[in-house]
Amino acid sequence: MEVTVTVNGSDQTHDIEPRVLLIDFIRTRVGLTGSHIGCDTSNCGACTVLFDGKPVKSCTVLAVQADGHAVTTVEGLKSNGTLHPIQAAFKEEHGLQCGFCTPGMMLVGAALIEANTEPSVDDVRWAISGNLCRCTGYMNIVTAIQTAAATGEG
Amino acid sequence: MTKVDDTTHMTTPPEIGGIGHRVRRHEDARFIEGQGNYLDDIVLPGMLHMAIVRSPVAHARITGIDTTAASEVEGVVAVVTGELMDQHGLAWMPTLSGDTQAVLATDKVRYQGQEVAAVIATDPAIAVDAAELVEVDYDILPAITTPQQALAPGAVLIRDEKEGQTDNRVYDWEAGDKAATDAAFAAADRVVSLSTFYPRSHPAPLETCGAIADVNSVTGQATIYMTSQAPHAHRTLFAMVTGLPEQNIRIISPDLGGGFGNKVPIYPGYVVATAASLLIGRPVKWIETRSENLISTGFARDYYMTGELAVTNEGKILGLRVQMLSDQGAFYADAQPTKFKAGLFHVVTGSYDYPAAHVVCSGAYTNKAPGGVAYRCSFRITEASFLIERLVQTAAYELGIDPAEMRFKNFIQPEQFPYHTPTGFVYDSGDYPTALRKALDEVGYDQLRAEQVAARAEGRLMGIGIAHFTEAVGAGPSHTYDIAGLKMFDSAELRVHPTGKAILKLGVMSQGQGHETTFAQIVAEELGIPVTDVKVMEGDTDNTPYGLGTYASRSTPVAGAATAMVSRQLAEKAKRIAAHLLEAAPEDIELKAGELFVKGTPARSVTIQDVSLAAYTNMPDGMEHGLEGVHYYDPPNLTYPYGSYIVVVEVDPETGVWKVERMVALDDCGVRINPMIVEGQIHGGLTEGFAMSSMQWITFDDDGNCIGSNFMDYLIPTAWETPRFELLETCVPSPHHPIGAKGVGESATVGSPAAYVNAVIDALAHLGVRNIDMPLLPDRVWSAIQSAQG
Amino acid sequence: MFPSRFDYVAATSVDEAIAAKGDGGDETRILAGGQSLLPMMKIRLANPSKLVDINGIPGLDVLERVNGHLRVGALVRHADMVASDLTFGAVESAAPWISDPLVRNRGTVCGSVSHCDPEGDWNSVLLATGADVVARGPSGERVIPIGDFVVDLFTNALNEDEMVTEIRIPVPSGRSGGAYLKLERKVGDYATVAVAAHLELGGGGVITKAGLALTSVAPHNLKVTDAEAALVGEMPSEALFAEAGELAAAASSPRDDVRGTAEWKRQVVRTFARRALATAAASAG
Repeated sequence: MEVTVTVNGSDQTHDIEPRVLLIDFIRTRVGLTGSHIGCDTSNCGACTVLFDGKPVKSCTVLAVQADGHAVTTVEGLKSNGTLHPIQAAFKEEHGLQCGFCTPGMMLVGAALIEANTEPSVDDVRWAISGNLCRCTGYMNIVTAIQTAAATGEG
Repeated sequence: MTKVDDTTHMTTPPEIGGIGHRVRRHEDARFIEGQGNYLDDIVLPGMLHMAIVRSPVAHARITGIDTTAASEVEGVVAVVTGELMDQHGLAWMPTLSGDTQAVLATDKVRYQGQEVAAVIATDPAIAVDAAELVEVDYDILPAITTPQQALAPGAVLIRDEKEGQTDNRVYDWEAGDKAATDAAFAAADRVVSLSTFYPRSHPAPLETCGAIADVNSVTGQATIYMTSQAPHAHRTLFAMVTGLPEQNIRIISPDLGGGFGNKVPIYPGYVVATAASLLIGRPVKWIETRSENLISTGFARDYYMTGELAVTNEGKILGLRVQMLSDQGAFYADAQPTKFKAGLFHVVTGSYDYPAAHVVCSGAYTNKAPGGVAYRCSFRITEASFLIERLVQTAAYELGIDPAEMRFKNFIQPEQFPYHTPTGFVYDSGDYPTALRKALDEVGYDQLRAEQVAARAEGRLMGIGIAHFTEAVGAGPSHTYDIAGLKMFDSAELRVHPTGKAILKLGVMSQGQGHETTFAQIVAEELGIPVTDVKVMEGDTDNTPYGLGTYASRSTPVAGAATAMVSRQLAEKAKRIAAHLLEAAPEDIELKAGELFVKGTPARSVTIQDVSLAAYTNMPDGMEHGLEGVHYYDPPNLTYPYGSYIVVVEVDPETGVWKVERMVALDDCGVRINPMIVEGQIHGGLTEGFAMSSMQWITFDDDGNCIGSNFMDYLIPTAWETPRFELLETCVPSPHHPIGAKGVGESATVGSPAAYVNAVIDALAHLGVRNIDMPLLPDRVWSAIQSAQG
Repeated sequence: MFPSRFDYVAATSVDEAIAAKGDGGDETRILAGGQSLLPMMKIRLANPSKLVDINGIPGLDVLERVNGHLRVGALVRHADMVASDLTFGAVESAAPWISDPLVRNRGTVCGSVSHCDPEGDWNSVLLATGADVVARGPSGERVIPIGDFVVDLFTNALNEDEMVTEIRIPVPSGRSGGAYLKLERKVGDYATVAVAAHLELGGGGVITKAGLALTSVAPHNLKVTDAEAALVGEMPSEALFAEAGELAAAASSPRDDVRGTAEWKRQVVRTFARRALATAAASAG
């Protein structure tokens, strides 16, 4: 089937089998490898993207279901050459180590601070509870998201 | 929130960013923009994809493999079986601990998930489709799922292919002095014992393992991209296994999405992908699924331990006796020094001063996945640290002594360092009483004990758990430590270019620890080259000096030392060049924060950048050009980081559900190169300790089916369950390390499980509860309460 | 991570979806949120021959209160329930505990209800509140009480050519309260044990209507009718709720598994039923 997905503002048209997952479409058809695969059971959130603005696990959406929809990946966070506040805050607060969960964490964080400009520690921990990190113990991720909320315009 | 830099060890200004600065990480620039380059991100022209067919059963004889249907699937290029591998002498491979392991099973399968065949196809989905069509006939054999079953008389022989192997015993090993220990026990007022099981766990880095093998059939060049924590050692082992000439093997370990020990061994998938690429002449990519990662690659722990302490009525420890039985799985594939069959388990004597200990360790084969990696711990020290800290706590209850007091009574004192332990370690430095006192003060220990009394009166269950661990990290020295015969040194190569910018190349391999920043800071400290001007390279065997890799918290103790030493070597040359430029004697030149000046006349100076340029443009006659060097560092001893952890919990008496209220962690890892990164490492380790104590384990049913084969069953805590941590530090530098650092990557995983468990047990101690095996699932806690209240 | 091959139909109307489902036989599945189905397909535990995607059907995202009911359309996501101010009692209490935040953004209430997983949360809430499931087939619409809809483990009362279009949860008109207490090992895990409680109070505070249902402790979500009968007509009290807890524990039939022993799970049912009812009564004011 031919599908067109708007990825980071650009229309991506590819002919794919219905069984192709959105994460696979993004990584191997569009060629954006910032979104990762960490499990087979929709638990880890390494594949998180924004689907029409909301964070979802792109391993649990068929690419054909994204036809006509807008997807934002980590590569789309930066705008006009400027880092998104969440990106700057993750670096500043040491919110990442191996970097594998980081794109998903940042996208969830970006969606959260869009809706809640002063998230509490519990707000952040609840929001990122669909994303696993094996390195950081989440402490600095929480701080980074709060810092981004405080510094961002969103 | 502003963070204050730790000025304790700072000698450079922020613009240079040497030791002690919270330098923001260099590697982050690519990760925060999705520009990391992990294995699965790599695409090579003509690349094929591999899927592995695995055994659904734990123990069976293979009576037939039919690959016809799989071969006929459109897009399938090859189906590889053990028979084909055997034709090339590759059906079996050596393990890191000197055993053998099947690459693809030819005779029997010995655990659920074992590799039986592999399908190579043009598309990864097609490879999976075809793998389902490979038909394997199994003649089921009884499965052995515990080491006790394995060693029972009449147990079915798992390793029947091994010559001379007549039972399921892997090893027996001991440390310490039996006679002295027996005497200590004879003299004791009391003997306190504890039997506990440290369950099987899995490092489960968020990125699974994988490889892309690209063997050029014309040139013989084999480039293998691999999720490897030890690329150089892997290259050598690959050369030995495959017979390919070592100079033609290039292992590239790209960005690793975590490792934690899981990426230390060589896995059958790597070997099959390489063989397939060699046979087909095209690159072959193999990426594990999460389920494959959990059921077949390096597990950790699975130790049954019984410890006994000989004590006086006053609480003085006289001796320790330990028996350990380890479940090794079907192949003995531990990643550890070959002299130490049970890893560095003999650090089990802990932080305490007593003359006698005797440790007996045994290992057994079972029908479970092999591996025995040290999951975020230095060669299985976690198990040892857990046992002694649980045991000391138990002794405190039995003697009616406060658990903190029990530790103060027995601590090795600061003036006793270097301290010779009864099992043969020489602890380098420490001040344990100060550390524990500081942690107790921070948590408000005396008040918490008062609150506990009040809580109990109300029927509430509150517990305070302490663990004071001592780790042994940073292997070598090479005279004692090796991996598969390769001595455990490490190296650093430093090149300073004419414009004063440097490249540092290392034999270790970051998996998230921030090497690109930390090691640049060491160069900045030693030479005064700004940290942003130092590029750190790792993970490419063609372009970095030999090293044993990153695990066992060894990068800072060994490669960090090598970096300091090579920097100092260059500093000496820089001084000679400066002497030439300043027309002074080399011995009169001092180097401080990038300025080289004549002693007593700071105005007569040049910068390290001036010297770098001169090294290529204006050298004194007779001096070799350039400013570069290499140093192979062989540590004189291990380093011994330690810490005092205190956990406060509340247990729901009606359900057994427990919650961490406080977690105070004091770490002393010597000098902290980048305190920000050190704290991040500790946060991560404390979380993994919490995971293992509360939910994260792999178990098996009686038939050997793995329960915990995906992230629905193998539970990794989310931000919601994970406790908040309060960090503290003391700093007693390592006396033998060039910059006084000790290594910290694993301390918190080693030290914290006992703290969490001790806290829950402490909440129930007045009921008489002394042990609950990890993980402390609520039903186990509730059952313990019920039994105690009987 | 690669599902088996299947045919895919993106339906644009309920009629089209029903027709496509009817054509395909029992290996055809409706795809709404896909948060239970796709994970099973990825590890090839489910291999449907055809998926009928209903995400493009207009109007199925209805979430409104009408005629004394809360209407939850087939495309209402769990996250919509969390965000909505139309929910109440046990419905409101349960919504944030469905799986994890990302799954809630995609997964649907009706999909979860149809799945009839005894470890699923919503069916306990619907049993406690006395909700109905609305199904459409070629011959029109029928309203199925939730107690009849849930047949058994992963089995609902739908015919092959029917799909769920909405659920209707009665909104109490007087004093009422509810709670959903869930013990999960971690966020995203299925319930080890969960209890949905719903109480309506009449004049003087006497219980006029009671709903109590259990998750993960029986082959299907279990409505504890004994306990409900014991509660109605009584004044709320700790002793009454403890008695209901005992009845709930007795009605449950948990199994030993990696989550814990049956004996302990029964104890959690006992405790959580008591606590959930107390919370429900307290929130009824």
